[in-house]
Amino acid sequence: MSAIKRIKTPLDKKAVASLKAGDEVLLSGVIYTARDQAHSRLCEMIKRSESLPVDLEGQVIYYCGPAPSGNRVIGACGPTTSGRMDPFTPPLLKAGLKGMIGKGARSAGVAGAIRHSGAVYFLAPGGAGAYLSERVRKCEIVAFEDLGPEAIYRLEVEDFPLVVGIDSRGRDIYAGR
Amino acid sequence: MTRREIKASEIERTVKTLCIKANTVLRRDVLAAMEEACRKEKEGSLAKRMMEVLLENARIAEKKSIPICQDTGMVTVFIEMGKDAVICDGSLPEAIDSGVRTAYEEGFFRKSVVGDPLVRNNTGTNTPAVIHLDIVDGDKLNVSVIPKGFGSENKSRLAMLSPTGVRDGVIDFCVETVKKAGPDACPPYVLGVGLGGTMESCALLAKKALLRQITESNPKAHIAELERAIKEKANALGIGVMGLGGPATVMGVNIEEFPTHIAGCPVAVNLSCYALRSASGTI
Repeated sequence: MSAIKRIKTPLDKKAVASLKAGDEVLLSGVIYTARDQAHSRLCEMIKRSESLPVDLEGQVIYYCGPAPSGNRVIGACGPTTSGRMDPFTPPLLKAGLKGMIGKGARSAGVAGAIRHSGAVYFLAPGGAGAYLSERVRKCEIVAFEDLGPEAIYRLEVEDFPLVVGIDSRGRDIYAGR
Repeated sequence: MTRREIKASEIERTVKTLCIKANTVLRRDVLAAMEEACRKEKEGSLAKRMMEVLLENARIAEKKSIPICQDTGMVTVFIEMGKDAVICDGSLPEAIDSGVRTAYEEGFFRKSVVGDPLVRNNTGTNTPAVIHLDIVDGDKLNVSVIPKGFGSENKSRLAMLSPTGVRDGVIDFCVETVKKAGPDACPPYVLGVGLGGTMESCALLAKKALLRQITESNPKAHIAELERAIKEKANALGIGVMGLGGPATVMGVNIEEFPTHIAGCPVAVNLSCYALRSASGTI
């Protein structure tokens, strides 16, 4: 069993290239939440050649719609099902996105796009929203506030426990399952 | 004979309490099944480590009264109202929606309900709830709430089977449902299965089946045998927690059946993630 790797965002090319499907990592740094509606809007903006509310170059998107914070930094914030974001992923990768965090399998098309862009897809533990919320140090809305839980939130995370689902060579942890 | 009065405000309070409990305290039978599943995982494996994370998650959620999962779902409420009870000072649906709204405010639960399927405007209150009402004997009011996340709801399915070869048809349909879900809906899964009835009543039975303790079999021996057969075949798929393989694909199968038509056999699977959340109470 290989050791757990510590990685930071923004993701650098070398770090991403060294990751293999099945590797366990602890990720720290800034990640941006975005799910269905935010993805739809971002892709519309890309189609219309509008500048995006967040510069995606080297960044990581976390498929998540958090529960309200209350008096904590953030409410429960586990991953949502990544497959629904598949149609929107290739354009975002073209726009410079380097990493995605979610749960579940991706399509062959997305694996190919990840390989093409030298990006990486991580799995976060599905259903561990309370556990993951304890590893978020900061949380603020940066775009699409009208979407409520589906807004784009900028999170600062510390040691988010992830597993590499699809690596930059397109190898998929779920292949053949 | 005078009927027993039940105040709408008491229904509201009960629904609120049950919604908060369901979302923050993992059901005891589910927790026991998860602990058992964790013990069965291979020592040192990633799957075992992920199971331990889920168990730790449940401990944190209960201790800090925060949601087990950020998807605190759309709420289905089952009401069994005694025929000798009468609701006063308010209406039943309003009392239920008030209880849900208050729970989701005070519990800091996510508002995940949109007011129109096309327009997709968030109602901001996680209401309306979906309400199913039965009239029963007596003068009490039984309330059960199921806040159901849509990761699992999205993988739920219904089919109209042929009236011959039903046993194999049901097993194949249930196993195929689990196979199609794969790792996406947070295994290990619990299957609520409706069998018989009509198309819509069958779907309702599947949701209701999730209320039953996963340690309890259907009281009819031939249905209990079918529950076991489905669980065994679905676990043989080897999907495992987070789809990482291993023995934990399906923790429980609950079938609720009803008479049906000679020409068919509806079957419905309401798939639940490992965090099957429900709570019940009586007024």
